[in-house]
Amino acid sequence: MSTLTERQAVRYMDAIREGIAAEMRGDDTVCLIGIDVGSSGGIFAVTRGLYEEFGPERVRDTPISESAFVGAAVGAAATGLRPVVELMFMDFLGVCFDMLLNQASKLRYMTGGLLEFPLVVRTQTGAGRSSGAQHSQSLEAIVAHIPGLKVVMPATVEDAYDLMRASIRDNNPVVYVENRRLYGRRGYLPDSDEEPLSLGRARVVRSGRDVTIVTWSRMVELSLQAAAALAGDGVEAEVIDLRSLVPLDDETVLESVRRTGRAVVAHEAVVPFGAGAEIAARITEEAFDSLRAAVVRVGAPPVPMPFSPPLEAATIPDAEAVAAGVRKAMAAS
Amino acid sequence: MALQAHEKTRLIELFARMCLIRAFEQRVSSLYREAEIPGFIHTSLGQEAVAVGVCAALRDEDWIATTHRGHGHCLAKGADVDGAMAELFGKATGLCKGKGGSMHIADPRKGILGANAIVGASLPLATGAALSSHVLGRDEVTVAFFGEGAANQGVFHEALNLAAIWQLPVLFVCENNGYAEFTDSRTMSRRESVAALGHAYGVRSAAVDGNDVEAVFAVAEDAVDGCRSGDGPVLLEAATYRWQGHYEGDPQTYKPVEEAEAWLARDPLLLARGRIEAQELSSAAELDEIVRDAEARVARAEEFARSSPYPDNAEIFTDVYAD
Repeated sequence: MSTLTERQAVRYMDAIREGIAAEMRGDDTVCLIGIDVGSSGGIFAVTRGLYEEFGPERVRDTPISESAFVGAAVGAAATGLRPVVELMFMDFLGVCFDMLLNQASKLRYMTGGLLEFPLVVRTQTGAGRSSGAQHSQSLEAIVAHIPGLKVVMPATVEDAYDLMRASIRDNNPVVYVENRRLYGRRGYLPDSDEEPLSLGRARVVRSGRDVTIVTWSRMVELSLQAAAALAGDGVEAEVIDLRSLVPLDDETVLESVRRTGRAVVAHEAVVPFGAGAEIAARITEEAFDSLRAAVVRVGAPPVPMPFSPPLEAATIPDAEAVAAGVRKAMAAS
Repeated sequence: MALQAHEKTRLIELFARMCLIRAFEQRVSSLYREAEIPGFIHTSLGQEAVAVGVCAALRDEDWIATTHRGHGHCLAKGADVDGAMAELFGKATGLCKGKGGSMHIADPRKGILGANAIVGASLPLATGAALSSHVLGRDEVTVAFFGEGAANQGVFHEALNLAAIWQLPVLFVCENNGYAEFTDSRTMSRRESVAALGHAYGVRSAAVDGNDVEAVFAVAEDAVDGCRSGDGPVLLEAATYRWQGHYEGDPQTYKPVEEAEAWLARDPLLLARGRIEAQELSSAAELDEIVRDAEARVARAEEFARSSPYPDNAEIFTDVYAD
């Protein structure tokens, strides 16, 4: 693990920017591409200051033209640049999906390994601000389903920084999914001189003997809240932050579940055909003999995200939903 | 007007390169019908002059991105004939270890980013390659080949616009062969031409007889020079004709016989040959020798492909991710 040195607390969104900046300082081939990422600093101000530091050649504003600029980033990645391309909302995958589905993910394989695609697609999700059904989706399962892509979903300030640096250094297309409701969270940056984490290493956030909660992104903090509440009832939950869905750290998950005998997978995305189903299946296939209860999935119901604040709040899984999932797992003998 | 010596040589070289593509595509067509080559095959028979004329204007380090109908472009850019044929056979000695096939044939070592089976994908990918050249200060030009059918895809318009605002060194080459799959392209758009769309995006445009290899070369050379000197992208529309169906085996009931015959009479190889003979740049015997050499080269490639092994099953799992 990296050590904390910069003692000034920074926000999750600053950590993302600092991660990009650190790699841009160290590697002239890293460039930033997206809508309003330049002098205006991005719609959430995540990239503020990068244009001033690195200039218009390496920090490029684009038209609202995702297929062209994501596609161009794919072509640029194949020919010498390491683009970090911003897809403003994860929902906008829909307008440029071919560039990930059929291009970035497959061109290395189809050329027998002659091409590499060191590309980061930065995007963000995070329902809860009445953004409506086209600006609220957690679509990680869709990209994780495509061989050739990696999928990273940082939950903390430290990871936002480290995993961004690791994603930029990775020689593969990485979909780096931020959660906008974490943008204001404060924490400490790791030492920029240290090698960033490698992708695919989960983190045990809380130890516990009774049940394993497997989660990622903003659901990590909600799972910790659930675990604290459950502790009052004498249930000790272990919380694992996967950090990345692809690669997925099966080892850490399975080791935990073999100890606890119970597992809950918690994510913000809708439950059916989600990443929770994949993780539940892996646990069942690999640790069936250790299981004392069926693996429980916690997530959103299969509906488009409603706009009206009370409806939306009731649709997004919260700490209580995670706790309810744990109780369900505990109830089974 | 007397031709310069290098111009005489060039026309013969262009003819020879077209003969190689013609021989390759004709043999591939037969091999596919005989079920020797698997998958889908889209030949470029009749369109050889576009591939050869454009690629002759490029340097080794320049890039091309192409389409499902891309064998000719790859050979014109210098792809190894043996490796290309073996790739179509799905053999381990193929350019892409047999993992791409006809629709995904590529050789980045020769500046070939690859064929692509998604209509229109070559345009944004080529725009990105041109972005690399621009940002990294490399004196390269990228060509995106695409068909007129792709001009109805959103990425055509998006890529032109992006390349224009960034003034990237990319040449968009539309091979207008008249048909988008089974459909007469004129029935699918009311535009006057594909080239006319360039003006809408502030992209310099030109139209050329795509069956006249010298004309294609001349306009491509001018466009490539402009790209290389920083004048931004160019859209070139080359009028040509797809002799065969959309795919190998397509019965082509949708094509008027007279139309097909008229275009066959404008065979780009015959046009070039006629010009060579009229200008007495070479003898008929020498030109016949070029044709025979091309056929012999393709026959050797076929033998190479046939005698090559299939990839080991372990290859299923390699090249998904880079280290």
